[in-house]
Amino acid sequence: MATQVVEERTADKPKTIEKVSIVISKGSLEGIYPGLIMANGARAEGIEANLFFTFFGLDAINKKRQDHIKVATVGNPGLHLATWLGGFPGVSSAMTHYMEHKIESLDFPSIPEFLEMIADTGARLFGCKASVDLFGLSREDFIPQVEDIITVGEFYSMAGGGEIIFT
Amino acid sequence: MMTTETIGTATVDVDAEGFFVHPEQWNEAMVPDLAHREGMGVLSDRHWQVIRFMRREFDDNGTGPTVRALSKSSDIPIKELYQLFPKGPAKVAARIAGIPKPRGCI
Repeated sequence: MATQVVEERTADKPKTIEKVSIVISKGSLEGIYPGLIMANGARAEGIEANLFFTFFGLDAINKKRQDHIKVATVGNPGLHLATWLGGFPGVSSAMTHYMEHKIESLDFPSIPEFLEMIADTGARLFGCKASVDLFGLSREDFIPQVEDIITVGEFYSMAGGGEIIFT
Repeated sequence: MMTTETIGTATVDVDAEGFFVHPEQWNEAMVPDLAHREGMGVLSDRHWQVIRFMRREFDDNGTGPTVRALSKSSDIPIKELYQLFPKGPAKVAARIAGIPKPRGCI
């Protein structure tokens, strides 16, 4: 009888997520932040989190580039800015500056600070081997929080039993 | 969904995730029992520091801090917070401190 009650109670409850593996594939500010927020939020919920940086997403963990991530002002209809205007010199920088200011005023961390913080939460950071080879990069190009450069196969085995989010 | 739980001799209202619906039903004597329900053993001084801090923040601001805010204002590094509460520092400490779930994305 008691077991039945417990079973009924667990049956009512929606299933919880135990693990997420988040792929960050874009190198723009708006392409990087959402994945970082989701990874950090997962850890805050006690969910295991892995971050996998691929293609231009590698810029987020690239020591030389992570301080210079920009908002895409061309081909970004969400900005409601004419494409020809978005391509003007300085527009992307100005828009990025504006966004960074807003982000800071909300006391959100910058991308480098955020990555450090996420690593401190216990989330694991990885680079994609195919992209690292493609761009001619090596381990030394990345921030020390990056645990390893792994293949897609290794990513899948690591992601096993959890959810995968592609951004 | 609200349910009731018995802690010691008191009956308290909790939501579906186990957070206190009425923080005034909480008192410090419940802490060891609440921690035990989280699968935690005897609490260290550092655990207590976090729990009391969460409670104080709630009393002052009406809401508990997120992990980042908790770390910044308590001066306890994020790494240590996760060592103290591996299942989510703000979330678990809020449950033990008898306050609602902290809201905030970062």
